[in-house]
Amino acid sequence: MIDISALLDEIKASPYRDIAITTPHCGLVRFLGGKVGDKLVGPQGQWKEKPGTAIATIERERNLKTISSPEKGDISVIHSELEDTFVEAGTTLAILRHMLTRQEVEQIILKRTLHLFCAPERAKYYFTPEVDKKIRSSDAKTVVVHDGMEFMIMSRMKREAPLRYSGPEGVIYAIYFTYNENVDAGSPLIGVCPADQVAAIQEMIMRVQTEWNE
Amino acid sequence: MDNNIAKRIQSLRDRLVYLKDIFAGKHRDNADLLEQRLDTFSEKASADALDDPYAELAGVEDLFAYVERRLENEITPMDRVRIVRHPQRICLKDILENVYDNFTEVGGQDEHSLDPSMLIARAVIIRRRGKKSYQQSVLVIGQEKGHGAEFRNGGSVKPWGNAKALQYMRVAETEGIPIHAYIFTPGSYPIEDYPGAAQQIARNIYGMADLRVPIVAVISEGGSGGAEAIGLADKRLMLSHGYYSVISPEGAAAIEGHVKGGNRATPELIEHCAQNLHITAQDNLRFGYIDRIVQEPPLGARPWHFDFFRNLRQEMLRATDEVVLSTRLFPMFRGFALSSRRNPEANLDEMHMRWGLSQGASNRLREKRQQKFLRFSRNAAIDRRPFLRKKAGAFWDWFCKPWISLKYDFYRKHQRKIESFMEEMGNEWETFKMRLLSPWRKLAGKPKKPEATTARELTALSAWSGEGRRRKWNYISPRYKIDRAVTCPNSASYGCLDLWGPDLFAEFAGVCSHCGYHFSMEPEWYVQNVFDQGSVFEFNGEIEAGNPLNFPNFDERIAEARKKSGAKSACMTFEASINDTKLIVAMLMGTFRGGSFGAAEGYKFVEAAARAAKKRYPFLAYVHGTAGIRIQEGTHGVIQMPRCTIAVRRYIDSGGLYMVLYDTNSFAGPVASFLGCSPYQFAVRSSNIGFAGPGVIKETTGMDIPPKYHRSYRALSRGHIQGIWDRRQIRNNLQQALVTIGGRNLYYR
Repeated sequence: MIDISALLDEIKASPYRDIAITTPHCGLVRFLGGKVGDKLVGPQGQWKEKPGTAIATIERERNLKTISSPEKGDISVIHSELEDTFVEAGTTLAILRHMLTRQEVEQIILKRTLHLFCAPERAKYYFTPEVDKKIRSSDAKTVVVHDGMEFMIMSRMKREAPLRYSGPEGVIYAIYFTYNENVDAGSPLIGVCPADQVAAIQEMIMRVQTEWNE
Repeated sequence: MDNNIAKRIQSLRDRLVYLKDIFAGKHRDNADLLEQRLDTFSEKASADALDDPYAELAGVEDLFAYVERRLENEITPMDRVRIVRHPQRICLKDILENVYDNFTEVGGQDEHSLDPSMLIARAVIIRRRGKKSYQQSVLVIGQEKGHGAEFRNGGSVKPWGNAKALQYMRVAETEGIPIHAYIFTPGSYPIEDYPGAAQQIARNIYGMADLRVPIVAVISEGGSGGAEAIGLADKRLMLSHGYYSVISPEGAAAIEGHVKGGNRATPELIEHCAQNLHITAQDNLRFGYIDRIVQEPPLGARPWHFDFFRNLRQEMLRATDEVVLSTRLFPMFRGFALSSRRNPEANLDEMHMRWGLSQGASNRLREKRQQKFLRFSRNAAIDRRPFLRKKAGAFWDWFCKPWISLKYDFYRKHQRKIESFMEEMGNEWETFKMRLLSPWRKLAGKPKKPEATTARELTALSAWSGEGRRRKWNYISPRYKIDRAVTCPNSASYGCLDLWGPDLFAEFAGVCSHCGYHFSMEPEWYVQNVFDQGSVFEFNGEIEAGNPLNFPNFDERIAEARKKSGAKSACMTFEASINDTKLIVAMLMGTFRGGSFGAAEGYKFVEAAARAAKKRYPFLAYVHGTAGIRIQEGTHGVIQMPRCTIAVRRYIDSGGLYMVLYDTNSFAGPVASFLGCSPYQFAVRSSNIGFAGPGVIKETTGMDIPPKYHRSYRALSRGHIQGIWDRRQIRNNLQQALVTIGGRNLYYR
């Protein structure tokens, strides 16, 4: 049984992720005037085509490169003492404190609580007619899956094969694929959790959605 | 108030709005005067305080007409742009209703159409001679703006709209009826969905170059590629208040002012560009790119100008008759008929003539159309070839023509027969000899052992000799001297390590050794490394790019480009060979003003195509880079689109093999015409191909486009190009393409 409050408190105790911004290779470092507490943004644009806030430049063999912020956050540590010094690859230049977003917190919770059943190969996936009927008529959470149960059909251009579930017994909490679209090998198909934990997880997600301030 | 008076007041209000809109704040005092008079009259009329309202109203209308006539003389080119884009401007439907006697819209109705901005209709004209009436059919094609209807996209046609136009042009050709094309477009809709805006325009121009029915085009708003897609006509008329330009003045101003990032050019700069691009009907008539101007009423034609429609009908009849008459064989009859039609007093409705053409007449029509376009814009380029050399060249061509004809058209055909006959005879003789000598061989004893060298060749590793021992490249980029590391643009996604400049630009031929990204190289690299060493012979190098429109400050910029690149124009034409296969190459160099294409480049390209046809060589267009048509040359530039396509079409139709190879960035006009029409187009890796750049697409369509929208792989996926080559393999691939596509009798069927 998961202790909801404990898990949420644990996340709340450190609601951020520290991202170390390191040098991709050796070279001469010059900072671009960032201070502790400065807010940075990650890559922007519909396709993330615009790079994030520039933090420093590194020069090797007269090739000047800009090191940009990979995520949104504040600078918590900046190693200004490295200004104008030649550093090795992997040297930490700054530490970015990235506040977890609501989606990220949800992902952490689901990752800890759900068992993910992944696609064995690239194909289209469907539920068997009985399972599908049940999902359509009520909810995915009413479907109980157990080890060895034949519950899906793997379709590769009209060549169809039944797929058996392997993993702990439980109900389908989340479906991660869409019909008629190919799923890559290794991508999660469904998330399964023990039947008695459904209510607890739902409550936790709801609390995150209402209480989490980004 | 009388209903009639209310209607006429509303009409005057519309005229006032129109006047204010087209002058955009200028001539404010005139507009205020008209507004005041109209308001006073309107108030009095509503209060029924007028003794003779009709007489008073006629006075107000006269004042409107007087002011409009006065302002007519003060219209600037930019005002013309606003006129043709105004929702009150006549549109194609008005023309169909008022110029033709009846019509049926085909290929869609209103918004329920493949592309509502392209309107196609079968129309009829009834002409009378005495008591007898004759019905004549035409196919009407044109962009429809629909008085500002939003779904019409302002006349910006999508690729499938242009494809629909081409499809119906073919229908007209099958049915043998003339085509009337009405151009009302600010430019094509620049999306790269199948088959791509550029590719479809190229197909249209290529198709129209050889259409076997008369085509008459009328230009109201002739914006660049969109206009050319239906504008290659035997007679090109232009409405007096229209414009015909290589680019919209706003676009030109954005380029001139280096405007980026969603900012807009200043109105003064736009006005300046409109003035200097020489986009008006009078300018284009002076250049010879249109045949006649159709006079419009003061401040431009609107749907209630019925006199204008009558005039337009007469002009269309006259133009179509003239085109048909020009194909007649007997000069005397032709001259008489033409002069009777050119009489301004003549009523063409009462002069009937058949518009159908015989086989011979349609051949003559096509030839006349092609020759007409080939003659265009020759004076817009600077030709520094000495007079004597030009004459000697022409004489040599004339002298060689029979010899080449004898060699290729007569001897080659029979030579093949003789060769195959001789080959068969040889085989028979060998068999006969074997049988004859076999008893002698048996007596002669054991067969000889293979020599030691043969055994060694078969068993030992092959030696690195011949080609491979030579230095890898004949030419290396001067950038190899730059002692610095270079980052591959793909390093973030593929993790490419930094490349050391001297390695990258010399041995690696500008290719990332990890992911294969191709950095751009100089045109010289290709000239020296792709073709046989010492085989390159440049011709027409004396034809130079100039400034035919005297565009301000452009002479200096051209001089600077010359100094920087060492070339006199963006096109270099030369003869070369690959493993002894001779070919003609036209190379568009991105190093000379971004490879922009103007009159000089067009001149050289046309000459190169003619030379290839004359010498029976394959013709390669190698596009090192082209940013499009050179906007500072205005219509001298845009006319190169149909002109060069015709040159290519003539070459291909005479049996030649025309191939295109794109490198770095190739955009706009050239891709949408003489490059895009090639059946064999290839690209070098990492090149970008498209119609308009991301900035223009954002500005015109409002769509953000993904970062790799113009990559050659996308062009390959949608079928624009046929293959993507590695730069280091160009020579081998070209040779293979020449052999496999050209076959044994390279390029002459």
